[in-house]
Amino acid sequence: MNPAQSSTNLQALVIGGSAGAVGALMRLLPGLPGSFPLPVFIVLHLPPDDKGSLAALLHSQCQVTVKEAEDKEPATPGVVCVAPANYHLLVEPDFTLSLSQDEPVFFSRPSIDVLFESAADAYGSSLWAVILTGASPDGAAGLKAVHAAGGKTWVQDPATAEAPTMPRAALAACPEARVLSLSELAQELLAMADLPTVKEASHS
Amino acid sequence: MKHRDTDTEGIELDLLVEAIFRKYHYDFRDYSAASLKRRLLQAREYFGCHTFSALQERVMHDATLLPQLLGYLTVQVSEMFRDPSFFRALREQVVPHLRTYPSLKVWVAGCSSGEELYSLAILFREEGLEERTMFYATDINTDALRKAEAGVYDLERISLFTANHQRSGGKSSLSDYYTAAYGAAVFDKTLRKRTVFSDHTLASDAVFAEMQLVCCRNVLIYFNRELQDRAVGLFKDSLVRRGFLGLGSKESLHFSSHAAEFSEFNREERLYQKRQ
Ligand SMILES: C[S@@+](CC[C@H](N)C(=O)[O-])C[C@H]1O[C@@H](n2cnc3c(N)ncnc32)[C@H](O)[C@@H]1O
Repeated sequence: MNPAQSSTNLQALVIGGSAGAVGALMRLLPGLPGSFPLPVFIVLHLPPDDKGSLAALLHSQCQVTVKEAEDKEPATPGVVCVAPANYHLLVEPDFTLSLSQDEPVFFSRPSIDVLFESAADAYGSSLWAVILTGASPDGAAGLKAVHAAGGKTWVQDPATAEAPTMPRAALAACPEARVLSLSELAQELLAMADLPTVKEASHS
Repeated sequence: MKHRDTDTEGIELDLLVEAIFRKYHYDFRDYSAASLKRRLLQAREYFGCHTFSALQERVMHDATLLPQLLGYLTVQVSEMFRDPSFFRALREQVVPHLRTYPSLKVWVAGCSSGEELYSLAILFREEGLEERTMFYATDINTDALRKAEAGVYDLERISLFTANHQRSGGKSSLSDYYTAAYGAAVFDKTLRKRTVFSDHTLASDAVFAEMQLVCCRNVLIYFNRELQDRAVGLFKDSLVRRGFLGLGSKESLHFSSHAAEFSEFNREERLYQKRQ
């Protein structure tokens, strides 16, 4: 699809959260090395007029690059793309990103379900998905889709979450997900940093 | 790896999109696949079909379903003076260039229900350019085009439109341009007397006139790279040398094969200028 691209990462990490999740991300992401071998896509529920402050804040604290996702941007290892306020973020089958203003899901745009379901379609069993603290059931259906496609699913322990609604809903929909505290999650992500980068030479 | 293409649902989806194209000539084959799938799933649910094949069967044999289906397949979100800073930049930075032309043509591609067209018409009137301008407002959604021609919007939306207009540097009061009746704001029909509304698809139709300004906002994100390239190629071909292209606030020519043919006139506001 994209001849300009010589290689594409075949695995990815997706993260979703809302209330309290900025703090959670501040504990998870700054520890990642700049050579983190996976692309990371994040949806947090933001106020609709946010102008990229979340990506800027995270970027200032991280070794990995953190930026607002751009439409048709190729997924890149070690680059963390955050959904802009008021747009859904989706992963295309050719591992580029798309933005859309389709209807909000559970009053949210961006929606975690939209990101996770499209990423599950694109990456199948090579996807890691994390649901963090949040006060909305968004993300539950998405996590279930990730599991159904063979991906790995992690949920922040509702007992340690600032807002337990989102992790609880995710666990109800996807009981197979592993329940982890924030520090355990941070360790798992660090362990992923040692994963080899899996690439295909080119695709058509 | 691209298992979406080989699983049953992926096959059915591709066939449905192909069938819509062959029978009705609406070409969604090069839309962003992930969001198109979401919208088709919603349509499938609305029509009470369990599979895309079942939906295909119904759509193939009942043309009356097409308008509703199109409503699902195209995203119709719009507002007047959407992203006021874009219109402010247009007013303050692009209008001085436009003034140098004795006559102007402006193309609003993907005009939806007309909010953007009326915004531009008001801006051009405020800037004294209206009388020398022809507007072309095009879309594939005929229901939306009909609404655009009517220029009637819910009164509830007017406070947002008014605030946007003010923030765009509006020199008049939005209330000068509409009359309120029965919960609706009916826009002054003289605003569209210099506008041609027409059914035109960026997927397969050609260039139709030489433009000084093309606005195609919040349309390209629904296309894949190939179709984006086709659309931007049309804009390039229809723009005069040094003509202007305005995109939506999350759209850019960053990943476009035509990037080198335009300069970034105002990067933040996604305003481009054709080089040659
Ligand atoms: C989200 S609206 C944008 C409305 C307006 N430009 C704005 O920014 O507020 C997208 C519009 O693009 C139209 N559209 C979709 N595919 C198109 C195509 N192939 N050619 C022309 N217009 C298209 C849709 O019907 C819809 O009206």
